[in-house]
Amino acid sequence: MSQSTNEPTETGADATAPTGGTTTATEKRPRRGDKGKLSANTLDGIGGMGAPGPDAFLSVRDLRVHFPTDDGVVKSVDGLSFDLARGKTLGIVGESGSGKSVTSMSIMGLHKPGTVRMTGSVKLDDTELVGAKPEQVRALRGKRMAMIFQDPLSAMHPFYTVGHQIIEAYKIHNKVSTAVAKRHAIDMLGRVGIPEPSSRVDDYPHQFSGGMRQRAMIAMALSCDPELLIADEPTTALDVTVQAQILDLIRDLQSEFNSAVILITHDLGVVAELSDDIMVMYAGRSVEYSSADEVFTRPQHPYTWGLLSSMPRLDRVRTERLRPIAGAPPSLINVPSGCPFHPRCAYADRTDGLSQTVRPPFAQTHPGHYSACHLSPEEKQAIWETDIRPTL
Amino acid sequence: MLTYLIRRLLAAVLLLAIVSAVVFAIFFLVPRIGGATVDDLASRYVGKSAGQAQIHETAVRLGFTDPIWVQYGRFVKGIVAGADYNTGAGIDHCPAPCLGYSYITQNPVLPDILDRLPVTLILAAGAAVLWLVGGVATGVISALRRGSVLDRGLMGVALAGVSLPIFFTGLLALSIFSYGLKWTYAGGASPMDATSPLDLVHRMLLPWITLAFLYAAAYARLTRAGMLETMNEDYIRTARAKGLPERDVVVRHGLRSALTPILTIFGLDLGLLLGGAVLTETTFSLQGIGYYAVQAINNNDLPKVLGVTLVAAVFVIIASLIVDLLYAVVDPRVRTS
Repeated sequence: MSQSTNEPTETGADATAPTGGTTTATEKRPRRGDKGKLSANTLDGIGGMGAPGPDAFLSVRDLRVHFPTDDGVVKSVDGLSFDLARGKTLGIVGESGSGKSVTSMSIMGLHKPGTVRMTGSVKLDDTELVGAKPEQVRALRGKRMAMIFQDPLSAMHPFYTVGHQIIEAYKIHNKVSTAVAKRHAIDMLGRVGIPEPSSRVDDYPHQFSGGMRQRAMIAMALSCDPELLIADEPTTALDVTVQAQILDLIRDLQSEFNSAVILITHDLGVVAELSDDIMVMYAGRSVEYSSADEVFTRPQHPYTWGLLSSMPRLDRVRTERLRPIAGAPPSLINVPSGCPFHPRCAYADRTDGLSQTVRPPFAQTHPGHYSACHLSPEEKQAIWETDIRPTL
Repeated sequence: MLTYLIRRLLAAVLLLAIVSAVVFAIFFLVPRIGGATVDDLASRYVGKSAGQAQIHETAVRLGFTDPIWVQYGRFVKGIVAGADYNTGAGIDHCPAPCLGYSYITQNPVLPDILDRLPVTLILAAGAAVLWLVGGVATGVISALRRGSVLDRGLMGVALAGVSLPIFFTGLLALSIFSYGLKWTYAGGASPMDATSPLDLVHRMLLPWITLAFLYAAAYARLTRAGMLETMNEDYIRTARAKGLPERDVVVRHGLRSALTPILTIFGLDLGLLLGGAVLTETTFSLQGIGYYAVQAINNNDLPKVLGVTLVAAVFVIIASLIVDLLYAVVDPRVRTS
């Protein structure tokens, strides 16, 4: 408990972890040397340090988002780094409260000013967003970066027509007449697959079905051709049958617009569909990062194993129960000492107490594959092959 | 839509019948249960020196000797078909809808009420504009600056506003601005005598502000609560995510939703006020419906009391009908279901 809010413990434990809120993208870390040889990999630097990769359209470095409350500082995001190139999709996976949505809200600058302490760096095409003037970030919102929300019914204004809301989004950033904007809105609705868009444009959100609403939401988000699209649980509120359609739609539109996409979800099945890279978040940090294939074939973190094990599979014979991850996500005010996952980790006792006291470094285990775990790669390989994979 | 309107109108008629029957019952049955005779009732409407015979004659003339349902039936018949009244000096015809003749002044009630309606109308309308604008603006500012000194100050004033009765704030305002500073009339300045719009404002400003203060306070608290709720809605986040400037987010998306329930209350409040702003009219000696009602009650003048009650009920019913119809305009979700 004392360790949890204690910065020195954290710093002492983790050579790669930055010491506080004063970081910049250029700050060099001790670990940087280890990764020098991998500089060809565009993902270099996601360990928390380093300059943005050459292709990076969005570059997040050591992002910390803390909310001071009466009970203490809630460290929703605590030292997060990743890069995202145009045309690529990053899946961010984790339980509720792991910091996924806070991360996306931070990139969009949607946190209420005064309630949040944001440090680190978020660069959108070399424009620094952390500490930028709210007006400057607002001008980028909707135009260069846009967001799709979880529940399209509550995310659209019930009193305005779908068309009105798309027209509004378009006219904020484009000086055009309402008639032109309406034609654009109809065009967008058609492109996201809404039948008879010219008549449905005057419908209200409640007159749309759930899937159609999400399509309309996507049309609104894409109305200004954003280069970065953040989809926060875009299919969670939808029927299973509609989910696949929406994912297909996002994929098609991404290839059409060549935008960078961040897909936030707790559903590994969804990221498997769409993502190039996957970042697994736990307690406000990245615990595993690699290409999607790697995460599914060679996961390196017990938490990822837990997520995979708790995924229902319909294509297999039902041999045993799903195996949920024991326990609940930790308090983000009193983050457990050492590895934040250790209270729930079945293998924490195999590290000679290291898990309880020392925060594991976010290190590369295979080329382009990073994870934060004290278990040795051989041990993890053995556990994965014998304990986990056969049960999936 | 048409069947809906017809249903609402039938319900309104039924409601008016119940309201008038209840007023009738209170006026006649309660004293009779208390042991008063028909002559005791009639004795209020004759001179002090009247003898027993004169009193009884008055009772017969006013119809008190008939059974109560006959009297009530006569009242209803007057509204539907008009009535002839024996004023003592002759027979007067009172065309439908006839609300009866005053027991005291022998005047027909409805023209009296219609005479006084404009004063109440001007008072209510002016105050309504003030309290709607002032209350909503205060509520929005308070909600956006939640927890600040400004918010606490405004809500403190609002609390005072809903707590202080009009006969206190009104008299205070009169004593300061009209007797002290001599900026305005000392009450009794009828808006009907105004020579220009500016003069009208001059005459009415104090009553308007006094009445509006009470309502504005309530509306500020309502608006603040509504805004705090809507500004946390998902669609507000969406509006911000589109890059909408904060002012548009607040007004076009936040306030638009928060105003809907306020519209309902506004309609009902206004309807209620048109039936007489009793305290304000009395405090500022304005000859409106409220003032008329107070006089009628003081004089035990049943036809007047009944008349004012029914007119007030009609206003409330019309207002609530308009509000319900408007709700469909404001909230598209109501329209289709």
